[in-house]
Amino acid sequence: MFDELSDLYQEVILDHSRSPRNFHKMEGANHTAKGHNPLCGDEITLYLLMDENDVIQDVSFEGAGCAISKASASLLTSALKGKSKQEVKELFDKVHAMVTNGETDSEEMGKLAVFAGVHKFPARVKCAILPWHAVIAAMEGEKQEVTTE
Amino acid sequence: MLTETDRAAHLQTTLGSAELRQDFPILDQEIRGNPLIYLDNAATTQKPRSVLKAIRDYYENDNSNVHRGIHALSQRATEAYEGARERAAAFINASRSEEIVFTRGTTEGINLVAQSWGRVNLKPGDKILLTEMEHHSNIVPWQLLAEQIGVELVYLPITGEDGMLDLNRLDEFLSRDVKVFAMTHISNTLGTINPVAWLCQRARRQGIVTVVDAAQSAGHSPLDVQAIGCDFLAFSGHKMCAPTGIGVLYGRKDLLEAMPPYQGGGEMILSVDFHKTTFKRPPLKFEAGTPNIAGAIGLKAAMDYIDTLGREAIFEHDCDLGRYAYQQFSQLDGIRLYGPVQERAGLLSFLLTDVHAHDLVTATDQKGLALRGGHHCNQPLMRKLGIESTARVSGYFYNTRKEIDQAVEIVNAVQRFFSG
Repeated sequence: MFDELSDLYQEVILDHSRSPRNFHKMEGANHTAKGHNPLCGDEITLYLLMDENDVIQDVSFEGAGCAISKASASLLTSALKGKSKQEVKELFDKVHAMVTNGETDSEEMGKLAVFAGVHKFPARVKCAILPWHAVIAAMEGEKQEVTTE
Repeated sequence: MLTETDRAAHLQTTLGSAELRQDFPILDQEIRGNPLIYLDNAATTQKPRSVLKAIRDYYENDNSNVHRGIHALSQRATEAYEGARERAAAFINASRSEEIVFTRGTTEGINLVAQSWGRVNLKPGDKILLTEMEHHSNIVPWQLLAEQIGVELVYLPITGEDGMLDLNRLDEFLSRDVKVFAMTHISNTLGTINPVAWLCQRARRQGIVTVVDAAQSAGHSPLDVQAIGCDFLAFSGHKMCAPTGIGVLYGRKDLLEAMPPYQGGGEMILSVDFHKTTFKRPPLKFEAGTPNIAGAIGLKAAMDYIDTLGREAIFEHDCDLGRYAYQQFSQLDGIRLYGPVQERAGLLSFLLTDVHAHDLVTATDQKGLALRGGHHCNQPLMRKLGIESTARVSGYFYNTRKEIDQAVEIVNAVQRFFSG
């Protein structure tokens, strides 16, 4: 009944939205940031533990959100462990390009490639990219809450 | 000759009919192969041909600037614009058209009251009474004012998920320090219909100035500012078949007379010197710059259209849709409904246990069903209810019970999709 919808809500996304990974507050996080989507009022908080070389040792999140933002945050936490600040920034650009115009190298993107379908739903791009904005803000140590606007 | 009862019966059957829907060309389309089911009328309503024609006719035949020109077109444009003001006065039973200020919409109307009336009539320590179910447009203008002049905002609470104002506590909130009470007539999220005449009467007894946000009621129910007894009332054209960018602020004559201008510019002056300006009298004093002439003309056509159908009949029809939606949606598993069960307007907010409002609205859109998902510019209310967002169904006189049935079916299919 919902063929197009299955492009957006792939099994992996539904799975991660129902049982998000690394979904908890992290005691001892040394970087954190809140992401806020004023459109719907959703809010997620990203927690990072980064070592002295700016490499992510641990990452987690908490908050409320739609299936897309929750799954995006969940898959992000799975993808970022062991990555350096520079690598995360490069990945951010690739994710951003993928969700806005659908371009993706699925081998390189791994599981994150499931978000390629988002570009067909322009109203939902912000949901997918919100956790990524939050992780960049957290790494930069920005105190202010980031929004999708 | 039809008796009143026959006429009402005829209108009842006309509302929602295929014949009436032909007046709204936009409704006749498919979204991804499915007929459009437009149930987002609390956000904005669709426009009938007569409104579109009035705007087109104006631009094709009479377009000109108002109030200043001597030539024929300007006289026609001025007559049409001022005619729209008289029509608006009659529409809400204002005693004179000087009490009608054209604005961009409800938001600008409330900002005008806050800035123009509020800044000169309130002093530090005064309180502004609002309710917990206000739209951001009836909160933020008052917050801006509060920061500017040091007044305090207080909120009359709601009772809970059934979304009624806690009227038992009204007296406690109508304290001596409250100088203005601004309230919504119909809640855009809960569908609650507030007893505004009663609230204004209670406030007036204590000399409190009243402001009614009629954004959700003006196109849906009879509206009589004298019966309500309010000092100010604001509404938007686009939520009642008129174009965007035009609205009305009603203000009691003596209050408008005593208020300073809201904005400065052309159209609102008598004489300008390099250092001193004298202003026209209301309402023109509050309409700086070339106004939205075509918008006002469209608004007049919308009022004519609505009154041909009859606002009593529209109110009946819309409330019936609201009650029916409540009844039908309540039969779904894992759904939580907000707002009153019985005495409700034609809109319904709900939340599904397993599907976020945004995911739901993306999914229903695949089937041509246009709903709204989000906080509906009601964030404080959402926090009070302990939620972030809801999905909302909001109907109008062109919608039908059948469309509600289809909406329930589609929402149910979405639930099944997400539960796997």
